[in-house]
Amino acid sequence: MQPMLELCNVGYTYHTTAGETVALKDISFSVDSGEFVSIVGPSGCGKSTLLNIIAGLLPLSQGELLINGMPRDDYTEPIGYMLQKDHLLEWRTIYRNITLGLEIQKKLTPEAKVLIDNMLKTYGLYDFRNSYPRHLSGGMRQRAALIRTLALSPKLLLLDEPFSALDYQTRLHVADDIGNILHQQKITTLLVTHDLSEAISMSDRVLVLSSRPAQLKADYTISLSVEPKTPSTARNAPEFRDYFNAVWKEVDHGTIERAI
Amino acid sequence: MELSKEQSEFLHRQKKEKLQVRCMQWFIFLGFLILWELSADFEWINSFIFCSPSIVARCFWEMLQEGSLFTHIGITLLETLVSFSIVILGSILIAILLWWNPKLSKILEPYLVILNSLPKSALAPILIVWLGANYKTIIVCAISVAVFGSILNIYTGFVTVEADKLKLIKTLGGNRLDCLRLVVIPASLENILSVMKVNIGLCLVGVIIGEFLAARAGLGYLIIYGSQVFKMDWVLLGILLLCIIAIILYALLHALEKQMKY
Repeated sequence: MQPMLELCNVGYTYHTTAGETVALKDISFSVDSGEFVSIVGPSGCGKSTLLNIIAGLLPLSQGELLINGMPRDDYTEPIGYMLQKDHLLEWRTIYRNITLGLEIQKKLTPEAKVLIDNMLKTYGLYDFRNSYPRHLSGGMRQRAALIRTLALSPKLLLLDEPFSALDYQTRLHVADDIGNILHQQKITTLLVTHDLSEAISMSDRVLVLSSRPAQLKADYTISLSVEPKTPSTARNAPEFRDYFNAVWKEVDHGTIERAI
Repeated sequence: MELSKEQSEFLHRQKKEKLQVRCMQWFIFLGFLILWELSADFEWINSFIFCSPSIVARCFWEMLQEGSLFTHIGITLLETLVSFSIVILGSILIAILLWWNPKLSKILEPYLVILNSLPKSALAPILIVWLGANYKTIIVCAISVAVFGSILNIYTGFVTVEADKLKLIKTLGGNRLDCLRLVVIPASLENILSVMKVNIGLCLVGVIIGEFLAARAGLGYLIIYGSQVFKMDWVLLGILLLCIIAIILYALLHALEKQMKY
């Protein structure tokens, strides 16, 4: 099967007047279609840089990057990208926030509207579609941000610590919600996080990056014996602890924040 | 809903305090007027130099009847509104240009900062020489007072929009124009309104500076001419009307601001 995402010796160097910083070095891995892969590593190691390159926000200067078998610049289909905060625009209603991407790409078709209405109903935001973001709780806002991302029907989704701005309770709930949604829709997902439990409980695979310059240190395939597997039930699986300890050992200690 | 005893007592206290503040405000205002009038009547002060509320009121009534009052107010108001509109439209356009082209903004920054800190009244005499003693000088003078600070403030508002919000637009496939129309301008509306509130006052200042030097009508002319011919009632009436105009213009913008709150 054709992998959805293939990186081969990808590297990135930042240039400032003070000098140059090698952020990423020789990163190679691939992600199969429909797979959920997490990337963990010490903070500041270049995880976000990697996502920015895949999303096309930063130019690919070293190595090779294929999406669905095509070079990065030839892949024109939308790539979903969720940031740390929801960044809902306060002056637009929830509905108009969700249609933002479709508006920009001039794809606000009747079919897209039906898709959005269905998602709003499924994720419990239909009654709030005409409210402004400030009336919604943190978890609801994050779900609205997810619908905004999914409204473009991306085949590849990048999540950059999307839950880190939420408090612990909400975080578990939203991770559960979003994890289930993405597994149902079988969207290939790359999640960057510094929360090891979150990474292990949500993913099919966990990649560990070293501190700067970031290199791929370990690649764990997660198989947990729980049914049904959701992010919250996964934490009760007997193997969870072993994976956690294994990943914990690989990550550079001391620099990881809020690991547990 | 039934209010609890504590709540209604609290509301009562709030109302009482508000009333006290209002009463004191009126007391100071009326007390000042009465004291002024009495000191003029009993000749504690020279009413030729210091005038008195009754003389100003009489002067107001006379000028109202002969109609010259409306001419003065109308001209000052028109000049203020014209220069204000030019300042706001111009500074939004220039701020957009600077935001669009960061290199241009780097090049022009020192010039804008210098022009902004220059006391603009120093420019007025040159403007008279260049443009003549007419309404053009007055309007350009008012624009020069307000426009540089206005550009800097609006531009600063533009560049302080959260970088991640612009990143969001890019991740949704938007270009720089989308960033401008979907994020930068809507996020800056509040700031633009507060800049407008400052600028309406500054334009009025600029118009008066201009009228002092280059006018044959208007409230600034009334004030400067009145002081030259020792008609202090004209001077004080002019100042009083300026106060009222400033309050009304500010209140209009304040009302607009309230309307815009989503």
